[in-house]
Amino acid sequence: MFRNQYDSDVTVWSPQGRLHQVEYAMEAVKLGSATVGLKNKQFAVLIALKRAVSELSAYQKKVIPIDEHIAISISGLTADARMLSRYMRTECLNHRYAHDAPMPVGRLIGLVGNKMQICTQRYDKRPLGVGLLVAGYDDQGPHIYQTCPSANFFDCRAMAIGARSQSARTYLEKHLNSFPDSDLQEIVAHGLRALRDTLPNEVDLNTKNVSIAIVGPKTPLRICDEDELSRFLTLVEGEERRSGSGAATGDTAPAQERDTGDDREPQPGVAMDTE
Amino acid sequence: MLSIDGNFPEYAVPGAKQVRFEPYADNGGSIVAIAGEDYAVIGADTRLSTGFSIYTREQKKLFKLSDKTVLGATGCWCDTLTLTRLLQARMQMYEHDHNKSMTTPAVAQMLSTMLYYKRFFPYYVSNVLAGLDAEGKGCVYSYDPIGHCERSNYRAGGSAGAQLQPLLDNQIGLKNMQNVKEAPIPREKALALLKDVFISAAERDIYTGDCIYILIITANGIQEEKFELRKD
Amino acid sequence: MAFMGDMMNPAPFWQNGPAPGAFYNFPGNSSSFGPSNHSVKEFKAHSAQPITTTTTVIGVKFDKGCVIAADTLGSYGTLARFRDCPRVIRVNDLIMLGSGGDYADYQYLKDIIEQKIIDEQCIGDGLNLKPRSLYCWLTRVLYNKRCKMDPLWSNYIVAGIQDGEPFLGSVDKLGTAYEDAAIATGLGAYMATPLLREGVDKGNLDEETAKALVRKCMEVLYYRDARAFARYQLGVVTAAGVKIDDVTEIAHNWSLAHMIHMK
Repeated sequence: MFRNQYDSDVTVWSPQGRLHQVEYAMEAVKLGSATVGLKNKQFAVLIALKRAVSELSAYQKKVIPIDEHIAISISGLTADARMLSRYMRTECLNHRYAHDAPMPVGRLIGLVGNKMQICTQRYDKRPLGVGLLVAGYDDQGPHIYQTCPSANFFDCRAMAIGARSQSARTYLEKHLNSFPDSDLQEIVAHGLRALRDTLPNEVDLNTKNVSIAIVGPKTPLRICDEDELSRFLTLVEGEERRSGSGAATGDTAPAQERDTGDDREPQPGVAMDTE
Repeated sequence: MLSIDGNFPEYAVPGAKQVRFEPYADNGGSIVAIAGEDYAVIGADTRLSTGFSIYTREQKKLFKLSDKTVLGATGCWCDTLTLTRLLQARMQMYEHDHNKSMTTPAVAQMLSTMLYYKRFFPYYVSNVLAGLDAEGKGCVYSYDPIGHCERSNYRAGGSAGAQLQPLLDNQIGLKNMQNVKEAPIPREKALALLKDVFISAAERDIYTGDCIYILIITANGIQEEKFELRKD
Repeated sequence: MAFMGDMMNPAPFWQNGPAPGAFYNFPGNSSSFGPSNHSVKEFKAHSAQPITTTTTVIGVKFDKGCVIAADTLGSYGTLARFRDCPRVIRVNDLIMLGSGGDYADYQYLKDIIEQKIIDEQCIGDGLNLKPRSLYCWLTRVLYNKRCKMDPLWSNYIVAGIQDGEPFLGSVDKLGTAYEDAAIATGLGAYMATPLLREGVDKGNLDEETAKALVRKCMEVLYYRDARAFARYQLGVVTAAGVKIDDVTEIAHNWSLAHMIHMK
């Protein structure tokens, strides 16, 4: 479907200056279920939609704790994410061992970016097929970072990745200015609403298919248990869902973006570069 | 091999000795831990010293490894620092891998392995590990520097360990006593006894003194307490 | 015993975690040159003694920061060989470092620390190394070298502002580290520490009294310590930054030693 003569290897350029293999890897991110990250002035929050591969399987884990102050949620190839998370954990442990301090989030992302870049430039490697949303808290406050298989990473105010995540991003863009002054409850509610917009109409959020991770000042990372999840879910329960938007933009969004030749999906212009 | 001292004693110069780098230091300090039915108390003095000088009077030598486990470590302080940092890293790795925190017996076994790993260049540390086991009962593990590990209900370690242990044997182990009934030791008594034995240790051992830092581990969490000792 | 492999240098039993002596890129750890590559079994005394040495460093905490002082003499054995060996430095706006012991080892480590700070500034994320981090890093570096039986023969006092609070800690050549409100290394541990502790125990030291206390100690040490010197540096670190004064000279007056001349 996408094949052309310049995509045989990551090290092959197309005459338009594109690396097709890397762009294909970007598509892998859109195969995973959606996940949303956002922050207010104190807290960074990850909200992820878990999927069960079949009726017989359990819901797949979407949020991986890295350290006391960092968590990631993943979309794409889970196995690649596990490799990356192991690397991030080791780096955090090493930093703690040598410096008796938590790893600054931005520096960790820099290391991850460097690691991911290597496999976009060597013929014997393949790009990692996973996108990460990283929530962390350090001396500079809460952070949400997004990383892509292209080894790009973005500092975001709010972001959503994964299948049909365009609807979530639309929601986040609409409410972006209210996030900094919201309290924790409100941003979690915003995140849940954004995530719900990615769902088909017949499915709704419940304690089984949602993961929430919260990190903030004097609040070591916690991944909410079922009680806390249901408390958060009641915040958005019974609200009228934005009709149609989920279904309308969801499935077609990736194709549209490809048509416009926009290879750096999701466009960071939406929500990057805080401060 | 020829040596000046052995073969040519008349050429030996008094006082001219080859100095060699000594990688170990004795920084003193004592620990006492007592386990009861549903609690464990562990106390260590806060004096860090070398020879006749005191580095600091307020060095905590107890390390909270988890909600249910506390390690007390004295001896060569640089080894203690390294060992405990590694231990904390290992415990975090365990938590990531297994999605639960390590139980006290698991920490105890890991500590033994980590000590023995340095069998031929040991950590010169006297370790006493106290906490609650998987059933919620108090437990105390004690070690030699190269990883021998033993579970017991009470243990003294460190520079005044040899003075304190017989007293604990008598008072808690009820050794050499006649007509006594064994009964679980209540928390208040364990705490009072711990302070008493430290007071006597501070009288006799120059490496023990200043203050005791005590941690009381129960199912509800870890409580802190401080108790002043003599400071000379 | 061949089946046991190399007992002195066992292979790591768990991968992917911190291991002492085989860890990360601490200076003197990775390369194949230099004495650091020797293993424990070649127990040769690589640096059996320091060569050009410096004596006491003093550090005191006061309500809003810390003071560090050290004289500028580099002794070659008992010979007062080098008269201008500054050893109190500003690391960044939050940290000041003082050192005693072998001067060459100090200069080696100083260069590495300065490069570390430059590297950090190049990242440009606005984060600065904090005193506790440097203190911990120094412990790891010095402990690593001691494990190779190839120590950096010097001790360090780290002073600074950690999250708004004054921080004062000391690390010696083994990696022994501790924090306290008053620290003196070398011979000063015996002569200056009692004076410093007396001052600290009186409570609420401010910058001026802390400086006066340290100056007094430097004077006492100059009269008593045969390796001390009249010229010394004094630095202060507060939230406003690090300020290291120009080298000052003790106005010495030996007439107080008249008892010595009494026959």
